[in-house]
Amino acid sequence: MRILVRSAELMGARRLLDIESAHIDGCLYHGQASLDFVERLVASGGKVVVPTTLNVGSLDLIHPELFQGDAGTKSQAQRLMQAHIELGCASTFTCAPYQGPNRPRLGQQIAWAESNAIVFANSVLGARTNRYGDFMDLCAALTGRAPYCGLHVDENRRGQIVFALQDFPQERAGRDIWFAALGLFTGGATGSAIPVFTGLPLDTSEDELKALGAACASTGAVGMFHAVGITPEAGTLKQALGGLSAAATITVTRAMLNQTRAGLSRAKPGDRLAAVSVGTPHFSLAEFDQLLQLLGSAAAKPSIDFYANTSRYILWELEQSSRASKLRDLGITLVTDTCTYITPVMRQTQGLIMTNSGKWAHYAPANIGVEVAFGSLRECVLSAVEGRLVLDDHG
Amino acid sequence: MADRPSPPDWPATAAVAGRGQGRPLLLEEPLSFWGGYDAAAGRIVEASHPQHGQSLIGRVMLMASAKGSSSSSSVLAEAIRNGTGPAAIVMRERDLIVGLGCIVASELYGIHVPVLVVACEVWEDMAERSKGASPDWGITADGCGECSVRMIDPMTERSTAIAQGE
Repeated sequence: MRILVRSAELMGARRLLDIESAHIDGCLYHGQASLDFVERLVASGGKVVVPTTLNVGSLDLIHPELFQGDAGTKSQAQRLMQAHIELGCASTFTCAPYQGPNRPRLGQQIAWAESNAIVFANSVLGARTNRYGDFMDLCAALTGRAPYCGLHVDENRRGQIVFALQDFPQERAGRDIWFAALGLFTGGATGSAIPVFTGLPLDTSEDELKALGAACASTGAVGMFHAVGITPEAGTLKQALGGLSAAATITVTRAMLNQTRAGLSRAKPGDRLAAVSVGTPHFSLAEFDQLLQLLGSAAAKPSIDFYANTSRYILWELEQSSRASKLRDLGITLVTDTCTYITPVMRQTQGLIMTNSGKWAHYAPANIGVEVAFGSLRECVLSAVEGRLVLDDHG
Repeated sequence: MADRPSPPDWPATAAVAGRGQGRPLLLEEPLSFWGGYDAAAGRIVEASHPQHGQSLIGRVMLMASAKGSSSSSSVLAEAIRNGTGPAAIVMRERDLIVGLGCIVASELYGIHVPVLVVACEVWEDMAERSKGASPDWGITADGCGECSVRMIDPMTERSTAIAQGE
């Protein structure tokens, strides 16, 4: 509670509000401080007082054999995940809690951590959370309270900078990568201002908004965006801006997004790939269906390692419908509870790794020292079959 | 000595209380501690960051605004515990994730790294003066609210020390 009050003071909030759910990012092991904090709460008998989900940890507890790091870190990381369960958190271990049951509703006050989940909850679901980080999220879950400020408050949810898309690809196939590129571009351009997109396809899917938000929150301090005609608080541009005028309008062309893509990777078509990794944020059922369809129409099975990160909840659904065994037969390694760019699970981290995730492409080079190639899910599948980078013509 | 112009004191607001002193380090771009800072080695590892390869150890870190992952609080707290964190942080925009890393380190380990927020024009001046061979900057913020950042004149410091008979 003292941390919560000091945080409220930090943010200039004069009171606390009640929250209805929490999502905790603290189960990913970052060193001794992560564990010291939680052990102190466990020792004092702490329990969460609202429904609380857990973000990814450093281990895949369902497939522990995938872990390739050292034993000391493994046991500390495992203890950290276990300690959170002892505090009463649900063992969801996903960065996409919005793909599970009981997702927050429009207008609900929540305290979520994990940058992509925060953006998704605010933007796509219309629930209200600030950009909570490790520690604060757990303080909120244990007390059921959060500082009343920021994105919890109506007037702070207005869009501020308009990103007017000119020639954004409308056709569905291969479109995923443009959302990721747009997110990376926008995060860099908007900083902490709330972006408003105009010109996105009206049939934009939740998974595409997920990719957009995750990428935005990787390159900027973005907690929320509006997509006019698509997200719930942006029926019109006027509504998205809360009746005020925009601080700036930035026109975004496909050529600019191509530049963003080029800036991420020096890889050229034909370059040999070591592996493919998708599912950052965690893959949804719909994305697995697309993957199965793409694999089904490919000429052969992937010739290199192909990882798909997802939650144990989605894995359970895949197991129920025999899709999991189909995916494994096609050479897909399913990773749950964690993610390939935060922990050593990939067999091969030398050389070039391909992804369709803007977030993965942004963080993986520093986190696990790989080089990335960036392409759509379709390009990822074609490349995995060839073992070499295959890209569509993006002219 | 008397005609030396006195170095500026910049007005600031302490978002997190603490004391710190060190040479300033201006981050020309926002840094996500998670994925961007190696708390074991004490080094900025985000490949495309202008300050890539630099250490925050003992520095007064100037970062206009934050970006990126909400795991940054943990990495910052771990860096402070490990002695690889900054001596103090000055920002133009308040940020909860950065502030929390410092609050938790202060609650868990009793190491009080202050986080200050300054106005735009103050920020510009600080950013300018942080470049090159700057002397230490000192921050004493024993509570939240108004405080100042002092540029410590090495000459004055020495003369004060002599006057105090050290």
